[in-house]
Amino acid sequence: MHLTHLERLEAESIHIIREVAAECERPVMLYSIGKDSSVMLYLALKAFAPGKLPFPLMHVDTTWKFHEMIDFRSKMQQLHGFELIVHINQEGLARGINPFTHGSAIHTDVMKTEGLKQALDKYAFDAAFGGARREEEKSRAKERIFSFRSAQHRWDPKRQRPELWRVYNTRINKGESLRVFPLSNWTELDIWQYIHLKGIPVVPLYFAKERPVVERDGVLIMVDDDRMPLAPGERPQMRKVRFRTLGCYPLTGAVESNAETLTEVIEEMLLTTNSERQGRVIDHDASASMEKKKQEGYF
Amino acid sequence: MYDIEQIKAEGIDAYLKSHEQKQMLRFITCGSVDDGKSTLIGRLLYESKLIYEDQLSALHTDSAKMGTQGGELDLALLVDGLAAEREQGITIDVAYRYFSTQKRKFIVADTPGHEQYTRNMATGASTAEAAIVLLDARKGVLNQTRRHTYICALLGIKYLIFAINKMDLVEYKESAFLEIKEALHGLTQKLGAPDGICIPLSALKGENVVSTSAVMPWYGGMPLLEQLEVLQVEDDYQQKPFRFPVQWVNRPSPDFRGFSGCIAGGSVRVGDEIVVLPSASRSTVASIVGPEGLLEQAVAGQSVTLTLTDEVDASRGDVIATAAERPKVADQFRATLVWMHEDPMLPGRPYLMKIGAKTVTATLAEPRHKVNINTLDELAARTLELNDIGVCNLSLDRPIVFDSYKENREMGGFILIDRLTNDTVGAGMLDFSLWRADNVHWQALDVDKRARATLKGQKACVVWFTGLSGSGKSTIANLLEKRLHADGRHTYLLDGDNVRHGLNKDLGFTDADRVENIRRVTEVSKLMTDAGLIVMVSFISPFRSERQMARETMEPGEFIEVYVSTSIEEAERRDPKGLYSKARKGQIRNFTGIDSPYEVPENPELTIDTEQSAPEQSVELLVRKLKELGCIN
Repeated sequence: MHLTHLERLEAESIHIIREVAAECERPVMLYSIGKDSSVMLYLALKAFAPGKLPFPLMHVDTTWKFHEMIDFRSKMQQLHGFELIVHINQEGLARGINPFTHGSAIHTDVMKTEGLKQALDKYAFDAAFGGARREEEKSRAKERIFSFRSAQHRWDPKRQRPELWRVYNTRINKGESLRVFPLSNWTELDIWQYIHLKGIPVVPLYFAKERPVVERDGVLIMVDDDRMPLAPGERPQMRKVRFRTLGCYPLTGAVESNAETLTEVIEEMLLTTNSERQGRVIDHDASASMEKKKQEGYF
Repeated sequence: MYDIEQIKAEGIDAYLKSHEQKQMLRFITCGSVDDGKSTLIGRLLYESKLIYEDQLSALHTDSAKMGTQGGELDLALLVDGLAAEREQGITIDVAYRYFSTQKRKFIVADTPGHEQYTRNMATGASTAEAAIVLLDARKGVLNQTRRHTYICALLGIKYLIFAINKMDLVEYKESAFLEIKEALHGLTQKLGAPDGICIPLSALKGENVVSTSAVMPWYGGMPLLEQLEVLQVEDDYQQKPFRFPVQWVNRPSPDFRGFSGCIAGGSVRVGDEIVVLPSASRSTVASIVGPEGLLEQAVAGQSVTLTLTDEVDASRGDVIATAAERPKVADQFRATLVWMHEDPMLPGRPYLMKIGAKTVTATLAEPRHKVNINTLDELAARTLELNDIGVCNLSLDRPIVFDSYKENREMGGFILIDRLTNDTVGAGMLDFSLWRADNVHWQALDVDKRARATLKGQKACVVWFTGLSGSGKSTIANLLEKRLHADGRHTYLLDGDNVRHGLNKDLGFTDADRVENIRRVTEVSKLMTDAGLIVMVSFISPFRSERQMARETMEPGEFIEVYVSTSIEEAERRDPKGLYSKARKGQIRNFTGIDSPYEVPENPELTIDTEQSAPEQSVELLVRKLKELGCIN
């Protein structure tokens, strides 16, 4: 009997999720609402069935997420009945931090990175699941599945632990924490194949539809609400677009597409010639920017 | 791009259907930058069309800027990672890469070849089913080839593929290839490793990587990628006896009680007779719950939940196994260790050992030998340092369920964790259990510690004085003993200097000897508390982990840690034995506080500051503490 690559990836992820639940005191699953999070949530539900999830989900909301993401979040919560924590950096909110005035770097730093640290400290979580994959970005190729963070949430390359077999060291001192990536070994194609195979629901933004967009520096930005400042003479146009990754709407580039169904999306992805993260404004800053962000505590 | 052709020919649904049924292979690549390893991996990614246009244009820019191919496309740059090492021009850790063909998905553990990175190679090899060992056709079998082959064999990799690279630089000559092939055969024989598969190739030119090379018609074997597509790996694990380490007990309601875990060997069917170890309770598999619901059968590598027909007790760390062929249970072992931390291994120090879902305390004996991984010679060793590989006996505080690593990787592979820093300091492979564990039983005696102590009108305990040399430990311990003796208590004082004249006169002052020093004193104090005595131990005992070990050896409440605190300046000013002055002159090495560390207790039962209070006052404090703890009334 041969296991398929998806069965083996599934088994590994479930093993990792159970290991954290068994050994960590207060784990939390970071739920970003994207396709990777959808797969991670699906695997977590399977890991403990017929029991319930033994940890809560948490969404660090920057208040700039697409509306459809927030709708989808509520729908999933109703469907599965998990405990959901929504954390917003109130301090950042009070300071009026937004991607337009402050730029992507500061906005992401305050609302996402700082927000995440605040939330982890507030609830004293000692382990946080994230949906990151090693294949996503070059600097992630060496990331451990169990990534160790200091009490200041910093990632120190020297303190990362060797990972052998299926034996993970989950031990930490007070204040320190772990970021755990159960999908480390999945590729974007694996994720889509699995979603297809299992019929996992995803946010409709992944599918092409006529949406109002403006073009800025060659990137198509969807005008998701009236907070988006328009330049004089700039008018949103209806174009048939979809998103390959989801985040804050002003920072997420859309691609023009006719792929309206899951299989069409996969087909398009296979025939495309650009890598996934290109749609993310955050990566364009500097070549090793992900790594810098990681050291500062960005996922 | 094969995807495009297949999708165009068969349509997306047929494509998905076939690709959702692909198998997976995990392999490791060993070799250094000089062998063209990064170029080979870059080539595999490039040829299997996993490079997107934006990555390719970045690659062109990078090749011009920092490539080593004179401005031509440098495929090696595709697989470089962290910024720091990009600047250094070497890879320094294990990086994982992904690519797939129509037949398989591949996970590549990319590890550097440098001598100091044994740790990384062992890590990458631990999850690999196959290994590609790179050689430079011009150089043949080098020390690093022996090293790579040895580590791969040690970690139990079944398929070794020797990629004889840079054939273009030896004019694609068959004789060059055959000579190396012969030498490799000798090497695998010597190691008792499986015979390798040798492939002549050129990663730079793409010969024999993805398709059969036209310039080496004399080679009759498969090109590298095809070879990787046909290796058969899983069957082997499915044919082993059934092993299932319990990872999680799933008990959502009174009518469901399941045991979750990942099958570590063999297969299981509903109705199979099983045994839960170490308790040895027997039962039968009632159901198997997989991710999609009930299964009739499950095999090695699957994460499932089992329910049993009987109400047997099993908890995390137990192993459910086939009743027909049980794993062993033991607490003393011979193991091969790979040391992975800058701090060397300390014989006698307790480490945490995690194996499967079980964590126990393990104490390591002095290595029997370590291995020179270049020559494969066995060398005498008193410790293991970073990247050392050695053989060692270890004893655990509780028995574990295991198979030897050779029989089953998952059941015999473990990591060692430092108890204070929580770092993973080593990895090990269980070779076999030692008979001692089974044969030497503790003799249960009728007159026990309590009886002996009661007769003396006291409760046995250990008052453990720790502090710098010259802090006043011995003075206070001595005064305390006089006071207790005067009150009619039965006491004994173990003093560091005195014990080193007799029991421990064979020990010096290295970290390893200090650990052994404390281990022996701990055992002696344990015997003395068993005799019902109030034992005073006056030892510098500079390391937290040994004091912790002493504490855990005693019964709860029996160990009273007293930190005798003095600044190093004050201790040095007092210098009652003239030792500080000798240490400063370099006449004594490894002197605590000067060139050897002292780790201050974090939660001692009592702290005495000898700069603030006179010895007599301290003794009063101690007597009060002993009363408070009920040791004396």
